[in-house]
Amino acid sequence: MTFYLALSVLLFCVGLAGVLARRHAIMALIGIELMLNAANINFIAFWRHSSAADDLSGMFWMIFSVAIAAAEAAVGLALVILVFRHRRSVRLDELESLKG
Amino acid sequence: MPTDVILWILGGLILISAVMSLALRNLIHCALFLMVCFLGLAGLYLHLNAVFSGLVQALVYVGAVGIILIFAILLTEGGGTETGSHLGSQWRTGIGLAVLLAFALLGAVSNSPQTTQAARHTEEPTVREIGLKLMTDYLLPLQTIGLLLTAAAIGAVVLAMQEPKPRKDETP
Repeated sequence: MTFYLALSVLLFCVGLAGVLARRHAIMALIGIELMLNAANINFIAFWRHSSAADDLSGMFWMIFSVAIAAAEAAVGLALVILVFRHRRSVRLDELESLKG
Repeated sequence: MPTDVILWILGGLILISAVMSLALRNLIHCALFLMVCFLGLAGLYLHLNAVFSGLVQALVYVGAVGIILIFAILLTEGGGTETGSHLGSQWRTGIGLAVLLAFALLGAVSNSPQTTQAARHTEEPTVREIGLKLMTDYLLPLQTIGLLLTAAAIGAVVLAMQEPKPRKDETP
């Protein structure tokens, strides 16, 4: 159990570092996908280690989380393509029109 | 014990490919390493005796999310290597924060009383059981997620759609 929790923590922090450090918008989306997957490890690990006999809630949490992540990826990538079409750039630090 | 060896190999594969998918300069290589990481996670779920979840992970992440990531990369940067620095201006702060959070969370995990529980090794639920549960207990979440996915798909199409060029004879 400790193994799965530690793996989840490390994967989450790798994803967080990627979101915070990379300049490219698609890399930020990849980091977010890694963080969501780290949460899914916890759902499955706690489900397989829980004492409830025939409760499937951990698996359903994971499946709904996967569905939401897929929706998020589709909308996020469509936004990236839209921003690229308008600005010819998807560098996160060059998108500063809203800066005061 | 062989099962421990499999776990360590899978964990190492997941972590190394995750780091590679965020550290490389070529975006296509990043997406391919991300798909390797997702495959490792699917193997981890299979090893945890959660077969359905593992197959969902392989289908949705490796199949769908990986492919649309590669499409988006090709539609924006043309798949080339990034020019200039690939790190943001505050990358030291970001990585420092992530390392700090990792230490805090690892400390919390190692002190947790939950971690002493052993695995149950019960039967994997059959697809029939999963379907029955989805159609009875989880009907409302299922319908809601269907609505959300439809809305997201339509929204993504509307966002990425080319606007038609304004016709010249329609100037107001």
